[in-house]
Amino acid sequence: MTTRLVGQKVPRVEDQRFLRGGGKYVDDVLVGATTLHAAVLRSPHAHARVVEIDVEDVLDVEGVHLVWTYEDLADAAVMPATMAEPLPLLIPHPALTHGRTQYALAKDEVNYVGEAVAFVVASDRYVAEDALARIRVTYDFLPPVVGVDAARAATNLVHDDVPGNVGARLEQTVGDAPAAIAAAPHRLALDLTVERSACMPLEGRGTVARWDPDSGRLTMWTSTQTASGVRAAVAVKLGLDLGQVDVLTPDTGGGFGVKINHPWPEELLVPMAAKVLGRPVKFTEDRREHFISSAHERGQVQHVEVGFDDDGRLLGLDVEFWHDHGAYTPYGLIVPIITSTQLLGPYKPGAYRVVFESLYTNTVMVTPYRGAGRPQGVYAMERTMDAIAAYLGKDRTEVRAVNFIQPDEFPYDHQMVFQDGRPLVYDSGDYPQSLEKIKALVGWDEFTAVRDAARAEGRTVGIGLACYVEGTGVGPYEGAHVHVETSGKVKVATGLTTQGQGHATVFAQLVADELGCRFEDVEVVTGDTRRMPYSVGTFASRAAVMSGSAIHLAAKRAKEKALRIAADALEADEGDLEIVDGIVSVRGAPGSSISLGTVAVLSNPLRYAFDEASKAATQFTVGDPGRPPVAEDDEPGLEGKDFYSPERSTFASGMHAVIVETDPETCEIRILKYAVVHDCGHLLNPMIVEGQVHGGVAQGIGGALYERMEYDESGQLLNASFMDFLMPYVTEVPDGIDIDHLETPSPLNPLGIKGAGEAGVIPSAAVFASAIEDAEGFPITAMPISPSDLFALRQQHAAGASGAPDPSRPSDPSDQEDR
Amino acid sequence: MKPAPVAYARPTSLTEALELLAGTPDAKVLAGGQSLVPLLNMRLAAPTLLVDINRLPGLDHVMAAPDGVHVGALARHSAVLADAAARRTQPLLADALSHVAHATIRNRGTTVGSIVHADAAAEMPAVLAVLDGHVEVASVRGRRRIEARDLVVGPLQSSLEHDEVALEACFPALDARAGTAFTEISRRQGDYALCGVAAVVMLDEDGAVASARCGYLAVHETPAVVDLPALVGARGPLGDDVVTAASDLALGVLDVEGDIHGTAAYRRHLVRVLTARALRTAYDDAATRTTTRTTAPTPTTGGTA
Repeated sequence: MTTRLVGQKVPRVEDQRFLRGGGKYVDDVLVGATTLHAAVLRSPHAHARVVEIDVEDVLDVEGVHLVWTYEDLADAAVMPATMAEPLPLLIPHPALTHGRTQYALAKDEVNYVGEAVAFVVASDRYVAEDALARIRVTYDFLPPVVGVDAARAATNLVHDDVPGNVGARLEQTVGDAPAAIAAAPHRLALDLTVERSACMPLEGRGTVARWDPDSGRLTMWTSTQTASGVRAAVAVKLGLDLGQVDVLTPDTGGGFGVKINHPWPEELLVPMAAKVLGRPVKFTEDRREHFISSAHERGQVQHVEVGFDDDGRLLGLDVEFWHDHGAYTPYGLIVPIITSTQLLGPYKPGAYRVVFESLYTNTVMVTPYRGAGRPQGVYAMERTMDAIAAYLGKDRTEVRAVNFIQPDEFPYDHQMVFQDGRPLVYDSGDYPQSLEKIKALVGWDEFTAVRDAARAEGRTVGIGLACYVEGTGVGPYEGAHVHVETSGKVKVATGLTTQGQGHATVFAQLVADELGCRFEDVEVVTGDTRRMPYSVGTFASRAAVMSGSAIHLAAKRAKEKALRIAADALEADEGDLEIVDGIVSVRGAPGSSISLGTVAVLSNPLRYAFDEASKAATQFTVGDPGRPPVAEDDEPGLEGKDFYSPERSTFASGMHAVIVETDPETCEIRILKYAVVHDCGHLLNPMIVEGQVHGGVAQGIGGALYERMEYDESGQLLNASFMDFLMPYVTEVPDGIDIDHLETPSPLNPLGIKGAGEAGVIPSAAVFASAIEDAEGFPITAMPISPSDLFALRQQHAAGASGAPDPSRPSDPSDQEDR
Repeated sequence: MKPAPVAYARPTSLTEALELLAGTPDAKVLAGGQSLVPLLNMRLAAPTLLVDINRLPGLDHVMAAPDGVHVGALARHSAVLADAAARRTQPLLADALSHVAHATIRNRGTTVGSIVHADAAAEMPAVLAVLDGHVEVASVRGRRRIEARDLVVGPLQSSLEHDEVALEACFPALDARAGTAFTEISRRQGDYALCGVAAVVMLDEDGAVASARCGYLAVHETPAVVDLPALVGARGPLGDDVVTAASDLALGVLDVEGDIHGTAAYRRHLVRVLTARALRTAYDDAATRTTTRTTAPTPTTGGTA
């Protein structure tokens, strides 16, 4: 028997190619003189009416092939009527009473710096950008709304017809939280903020399209997290039949959420231009464009009220938060709904009420970014846990432990509705064990001595902890197709896309194990609608759970067929057969065997012999001569196809702990130790899971200590470059991250797995706030935090020590009149 | 992020280069391109002509001479940083260069280019200034020497004329009985500093401070040099009162502004912290050198500064 590959640290088959510069991204597709290049004129103003667009000066620029404004999109002689409509609101929700989406090119009004205003196609990108500089737009300025406070004040409106700038208000309640809090022995209130950041994949958005007039078909390559979604959207918007559109995703240089939104204006304008011009057209987003015209996330203002007993047990939790969703809402309420549900983490909240307002601002729109609302929710809950511990003078781990859902309480029903519209029911987990592991890994119980010793040396150190639960593997479904070719090579296709996760490795592991073929013989294709048209996409840590399960099931079907045919050919009983390294043989009779390639030949009763495999097949006889060559209940080919559709999400969990040192003079924040305990059920490839955790932690460090979107009052993004938007370098990430795994299998899928893609980034803001608070001795209520911010806080607390009450400190809500 | 149309010339002689510059008032000199090319790509600069000087002969030298380190216009940061003789002659140069961006940028960026780019947040203009160095420039009108103190006249503005090209920067050698230090705080390793301080402390024959000065980056609109007479006569370890007096002097001169990476208050605080750190390190460095020198049979030059 060969060793099972699932669970092994199988090296990634992708890495040689990627590390040697062999990756092929959208910009590498259709390189050549026939391809034209697009550029987009973007609004330089955050809020303005578009009075006039004068493109006269562009028309005679040599090399310019096309200039479009909204007027052109509305030209029925050239465009399908759908091009003049707003872009789709992908995920409507009854609470999203005032959903708004932008047009592919601005109609009448622009609502953020970066909104697409005009579209140029030219012989190359240089000429296209020259042309943009010649377009003259007359704007009539409107007052911009920037930040949650301005949105709530609603002195000015982003959209005239959206009162109070409120896109949605959603409340969920379990029990009577205000009453429970009022009756509780202890109460606290916290006001918290989290700033904006963004996904920042190294490859920005990009789209290439080619229209073939002979076949009447559109082929489109786009850097997306959902090829099938883009395909459907493009077909509808361009007035094509679905069958006329193929969408392919080549290698994708990161997504992290931003590429799940679709269609982007360019994903419609590029194929439309390719069709009109009869030439391939390419759009490759540059970095500045990515900052100002893709999507951001995270910005929230939160108010938490909590009532608890002497042990720190939650009796009532009442959370109100304001979510800045930017100028438009194409992705609905997914992010704030996740915040409001996943805030609960591994805890039983007692009575719970959560209400959010999703607010318009004149800034780049907000769609999911790795973690997708969870970092904010975890931040709110973990700040609350720390505040309770501080109030009661208890160890922070003790307060968490008394609130944990216990291992024998699964499935645990929170009696709420999750982001997928399904009940929020945790399938499995073991939070007490996870806590024991993280305490041991970080040295929690020994830290008091470490802190005292450091303080004696004039150093300031602190330890922090944060726990999270993450709903992963969100439905509705994914599918897979496994095809054994006559060469014995196994071609696997699944519809969701890949942004560097190592799908080609993990999915091949699953197929090799289930089918019994060689790992090297498996080739995985993702995100190609020609190969698997039915698919949803890569988001919500769902690829392994959804496509992994589907691939496992499809491989199983292929194996069943292989065994049936082989049993016939070898005149043996199916139950006596085994498949090892691509050879089907009778157990205990090594001479009696047949390769999967030969079985594939036999599965397809052709008239012609092409190759050695088909000649080899001639020595076997299969099928019943009295029946048709392809039986009524059969089909030719050695293939397996199946779909996996779970009842609901599976809930992964984990805990992070960090030890930081804050410089007493410069306020610099240094990471001394970072520890992660992670539970994603059975590990398919521990190396890849750890890689996901490492990457997530690095991204989380960015979000907690470095990154923020610096909008000024007029809505200009001041740091729209990698020089000023401080994504951490390897020098800002600890040399080592200590990881321990826990495996509580999910009962919801055949592999017992849970998602692992986002986990690393989820508790970052919470864990750093906890550690810095521990080091400094005053509450941390706003993240991210920079040395300059920490300096200001130290000044404020030094001054406030003898002065007025500190507004950022948790207080008893009964003292407050302003709620 | 594609540059506007621009003509490009790659002359092979200095004469040819100078003629091109003289003939095109808004021409730009391209050497390492680490600042200019991003500006072009973002269309923040749109010269009509780029004069690429990378093929000019004899400009890539790093020469440690008795009077100082002479760095040619085509010498890359990495070459200067790796030059052992340059490090011995003026240690401050290598100390500061290790803070300049990242290895890939240092491999291409030139030290002279960084100086004439005149960025007040960059390390090299401040180092040249605190050392009282100078730059040799040439044009069709001839050659001249620009003292560091006259070089940077405003934010990103040097006193070079449009037709001039910098040929060489000269960093004076470290004086006997002098010590140096360079320290900076940046958000990420390799970023422009929030505040940086280059210190030069000279001791008299008795080991007391004879002179002290600090060069500041990122806390003034130009690289600022502050002489610190308050330190004269002080002995190590330098006390809090001494370094506080020094930073008071500096803050009296510096016009510190805040930006998205740090408030003015925080940067002023860093001026204090880093001035103290740099002066103490430079004092100790001078003391160590003096001690080392006196134990070795090296003749001293006599008088002090």
